[in-house]
Amino acid sequence: MKNKYSFFTLLKNAFSYHENWEKAWKDPEPKKEYEVVIIGGGGHGLATAYYLAKKHNLKNIAVVEKGWIGGGNTGRNTTIIRSNYLWDASAGLYDHALKIWEGLSQELNYNVMFSQRGVMNLAHNLQDVRDLKRRTHANRLNGIDAVYLNTEEVKKFCPIINTSPDIRYPVLGGTLQKRAGTARHDAVAWGYARGADQMGVDIIQNCEVKGIKRNGNEVEGIETTKGFIKTKKIGVVAAGHSSVIANMAGLRLPLESKPLQALVSEPVKPIIDTVVMSNAVHAYVSQSDKGELVIGAGTDDYISYSQKGSHEIVEGTLSAILELYPIFSRMRMLRQWGGIVDICPDASPIISKTTIKGLYFNCGWGTGGFKATPGSGDLFAHTIANDEPHKLNAAFNINRFVSGDLVDEHGAAAVAH
Amino acid sequence: MFVINCPYCGEREQSEFKAGGEAHIVRPKQPTELSDDQWAEYLFMRKNIKGVQFERWVHTHGCRKWFNMVRDTSNDEIKAVYKMGEKPPTK
Repeated sequence: MKNKYSFFTLLKNAFSYHENWEKAWKDPEPKKEYEVVIIGGGGHGLATAYYLAKKHNLKNIAVVEKGWIGGGNTGRNTTIIRSNYLWDASAGLYDHALKIWEGLSQELNYNVMFSQRGVMNLAHNLQDVRDLKRRTHANRLNGIDAVYLNTEEVKKFCPIINTSPDIRYPVLGGTLQKRAGTARHDAVAWGYARGADQMGVDIIQNCEVKGIKRNGNEVEGIETTKGFIKTKKIGVVAAGHSSVIANMAGLRLPLESKPLQALVSEPVKPIIDTVVMSNAVHAYVSQSDKGELVIGAGTDDYISYSQKGSHEIVEGTLSAILELYPIFSRMRMLRQWGGIVDICPDASPIISKTTIKGLYFNCGWGTGGFKATPGSGDLFAHTIANDEPHKLNAAFNINRFVSGDLVDEHGAAAVAH
Repeated sequence: MFVINCPYCGEREQSEFKAGGEAHIVRPKQPTELSDDQWAEYLFMRKNIKGVQFERWVHTHGCRKWFNMVRDTSNDEIKAVYKMGEKPPTK
């Protein structure tokens, strides 16, 4: 890799007051034609381009992004990474991603700040206890680390949780995945962008797709705000806007786009060194390296592309947080924002070919796509390059909504995502 | 968050309502004769429009009646509200 980041380059650049660092990626104008065009410059899209270039030896690839890279859901999520999913198909998919996360900073030569601080999921009623125990067993059978904790063990692992039996939803136990954790979301987009750029991928920002040109049942190219780009293969990784792109190609997807909100508090000293999620009361919290509490709220139930959600969703989340962590009662919230997530009826993603030749979709990640970024990119690159899914994403085809072979993670996953 | 003009109760906060998704999806008259593709289309495939969309809402914490709404999903602006069974506004 040219321009490798190291202690020596850091030292060298210190002498010139860090003013001469090379750009991590170029800002090219689109060429007339590409072998593959990826629509969407978020983590998943950039990872797809990276693995297409790295593992499948394609040289002529573009990523088109209507805004700036990592400015959509990649920069809006709560950065949680875990693989403790119930079903075999999901476990395979998310643990594939987790394994890549474990070596990602080294591979990209870019610090994605992956921190395996553990993710704990709480049980608040007897059914939760049964479900979480079942999931722990399922995880272990799939080779995924998981332990079940009783109330005392939960308290020991995260002392600030209120485990009093008197609260509205008392903590009856929980699961812990120690390999799970968090990463720095911007760094993931930037690291993949830099890696892809160095292998010759054109990352074209401020370039919005306006139409998809088809010749019969094949794609011919895309109309963009920077002109027509010819290509035989299009990979759509547009998250909340997947249906908008699909409509351009005359395709309908089983998706609904809804606002999902998150918020961070003022920065404080380290107080919570893990990630705690609670499905029943929908509250999850972790602490960023800057010291902010990172809190994820739920989705609104109506379709919207407005990137803002309802106040009562935030209120509900915060009241649950306060019940579980009375210590946070005087924390002030610093920022709150929304992103648009595309949700499948079975709450599992789609990484799939379509009925149109050369058109591929990677979508439906709903509220939990960040954790899968490296695995999603890898498997989507495989699907595009070979025109066939990898065995790990074969179950996540669009056709499952016709066959009925759904991957129903609703309520079965650790949080109602 | 926005205010919804329930056709039965008048203006109420959106938190009193629940969204019911795309409107005017007609249940197939003879379900036994549908192919798997047609079932999938009816059950799962959605327009998911960015822009003006016709949708169903229910006043859960009010009259509990269902009704239809025309709403711009890009900015949550409500264009029209009309009762179930009424013709959707054309303008």
